[in-house]
Amino acid sequence: MTATGTTTDGQDRNAGAPREARGRKALRRFLRRPGAVAGTVVIAAFVIIAILAPVLAPYEPQAMTYTSIEVPPGPEHWFGTDDLGRDVLSRVLHGARISLQVGLIAVGIAMTTGSLLGLLAGFLGGWWDSVIMRTMDVMLAFPGILLALAIVAILGPGLFNTMIAVGVAAIPVYARTARASTLSVLELDYVIAARALGARWPRIAFIYVLPNITAPIIVLATVGVATAILSAAGLSYLGLGAQPPTPEWGAMLSDARSYLRSAWWMATFPGLAIMLVVMGFNLLGDGLRDVLDPRSR
Amino acid sequence: MLTFLLRRLLAAVPVVFGVTLLAFSMSHLTPGDPVRIMLGERATAEDVTRLRAQLGLDRPLPVQYLTFLSNAVRGDLGTSIRSGQPVSREITDRVDETAALTGAAMAIAILLGVSLGTFAAVSRSPALEAVIMGFALLGISMPTFWSGLLFILLFAIVLGWLPVTGTGIVGLILPAVTLALPAAAVLARMTRSSLLEVLEQDFVRTARSKGIHGSVVVVKHALRNAFIPVLTIAGLQFGSLMAGSVIVESVFARPGLGRFAVNAILARDFPQIQGIVLFAGLIYLVVNMVVDLLYGVLDPRIQAR
Repeated sequence: MTATGTTTDGQDRNAGAPREARGRKALRRFLRRPGAVAGTVVIAAFVIIAILAPVLAPYEPQAMTYTSIEVPPGPEHWFGTDDLGRDVLSRVLHGARISLQVGLIAVGIAMTTGSLLGLLAGFLGGWWDSVIMRTMDVMLAFPGILLALAIVAILGPGLFNTMIAVGVAAIPVYARTARASTLSVLELDYVIAARALGARWPRIAFIYVLPNITAPIIVLATVGVATAILSAAGLSYLGLGAQPPTPEWGAMLSDARSYLRSAWWMATFPGLAIMLVVMGFNLLGDGLRDVLDPRSR
Repeated sequence: MLTFLLRRLLAAVPVVFGVTLLAFSMSHLTPGDPVRIMLGERATAEDVTRLRAQLGLDRPLPVQYLTFLSNAVRGDLGTSIRSGQPVSREITDRVDETAALTGAAMAIAILLGVSLGTFAAVSRSPALEAVIMGFALLGISMPTFWSGLLFILLFAIVLGWLPVTGTGIVGLILPAVTLALPAAAVLARMTRSSLLEVLEQDFVRTARSKGIHGSVVVVKHALRNAFIPVLTIAGLQFGSLMAGSVIVESVFARPGLGRFAVNAILARDFPQIQGIVLFAGLIYLVVNMVVDLLYGVLDPRIQAR
C-alpha cells in the first residue's frame, strides 16, 4: 500500500491545496476499488516470489532428473515435471524474476525516453516537434508486437535484446501522451507567469511542466508493464527471446506445445503465471487511472 | 470529401517514406556484417564478396536506397537467401492464409465484443455486468500463446471436436477464436463505456420519454452514436490482430506470413525480413486510411477538421 501512497503524493507535489488531505482522499478512493486492491496484492505476491525464488523453489530450476520425466502434479512435484525431468513449480517461481525484470526494464526504457521526447516535442515545437513526432508515426506504423519483432530482427535473438526491443517499441505511446499533456500544461497561468519572470526553458520544462504531466504517464506505465511482459513472453515463445535452459514462462510454453498429449501440466502453470501477473498490472492500472486521471472520473 | 481524402493521403507521405527507410536500413543497423551473418561462420571470402555484390551492398548508401525503392515500387523485393525465391512471390503465396485468419478473427471480435459490451452497459443486473467485465479482463490478460494451447488441449485432444490445424473453415475456428479474444475484450470494454456515456445524453432521455421501447432506443438511437469511438478501436485492433497472427500462426502451425516472418528472423534472411517489414507497414497504413475515410462518411463533422 505504501507504493500507492507515494505515487499520489508525488503527483500532488505542485498542487497548492493541502497535499496531505488530497493524498489521503486519493488513497481512500483507490482502496474502495476491490480490483485495484486485488491487483496490488497480486503484484506484491509476485515481487515476493521473484525475490525469494531460490528459497521458495523446492528444486533447482535447471536440475534434470532422468528418473522423473513428465511426472504428473503430486506431493513430490506440485506442478509436475517437464520432458527433461525438471520441476515445473521451481521453474515457474524462477520465471517470475525474469518476467518482472523484463517488464520493468522495458517500461523503464520506454517511459523515460518517450516522456523526454514528448516533453521536448511539445515544449520546443516547430521543427523539433515535426521530426520527433513523424519518427513516432513511422514506429506506430508497426502495430503491437511487430515493431519489437523488427527490432529483434535487427539486433538478433536473445533475452537482453528482447527487453530493448519491447522497450523501444513502446516509446511512441509515451511520447504522444507526454506531448499532449505538455501542450495543455503550457497554457496554464503559472507557466506563463514563470516565462514572464524570465525562467529559462530547461527550468520550465523540468521543474514546472514535468511534474504535472506524470499522472497519465504513471497510468500508462502500469498497464505498460503488463503489455511488456506479454510481448516479451510472446517473443520467447517464438524462440526469439530467452534461450533454453532459461526458465522463462513463454519459452516453457513453447516447449510444452510438443507434449500437450502427454503432459498437460507443462502447458498450464507457466501460462497461469503470465495471466495472473498481467492481470495484476492491468487491475492496478485501471485503479490508478480512476484516481490519477481526472478525465475518466 | 475529395479534399479530405487528399489531405489524408498527403499526411501519409512522410510515414511511407519512413517505413521504406526503416525497411531499407535494417540490414545496415544490425551489429556486425549482415552478409557474414546470413552466410554463417564457414563462408569463404569469395562467397562474401559475391553475395555482397549480388545484394548491391558494395555501392554507396543513397544509391542502394534508391535502387531498393525503385525495385520495391515495381514489386521486386529482392531474392531470399535461404530459398532463392523472389521475396514478393513468397509473400503473395502466404498472404491469403493470414488474411483469412485476420479477417475471421476481426469478425468474431466485433460480433462478440460489441454484443457483450452492449449487454454489460444495458444490463440491470450488476452480477451479469461483473461477469462480462471479468471475461473482458481475462481476455486482455491471457496471452494468445497460452489460450491457444488450452483450446488445442480441450477441443482437439480431450474432446476431439476440432482439428488442431488444417485447411477450410473447420481448421480456422480454433486459431481465429484464439486471435479474436483479446480484441473482443478490448472492444467489449470500449463499447460498454461509450454506450454508458451516450445513454446519459438528452436525446436518449427524450426518446425514452416519448415511450419508445427500451431495446429500440439502445439499438437505433444509442448504439449508432456509440459506434464511432468503437470503430476507432476496431481499426486499431486490426493492427493488433495482424501482429497477433504472428504468434497464433506459430501456435497452430499455419503457413502464413507471421510464421514466415519468424522463420526469416531466426534464419536472419535480410531480404525476406525487409520485404515483410515493408509489406506489413504499408498494409497497416492503408487500413488506417480506410478507417479514417469511414469516419468521414459516418460522421461528417470529422471531415471539417
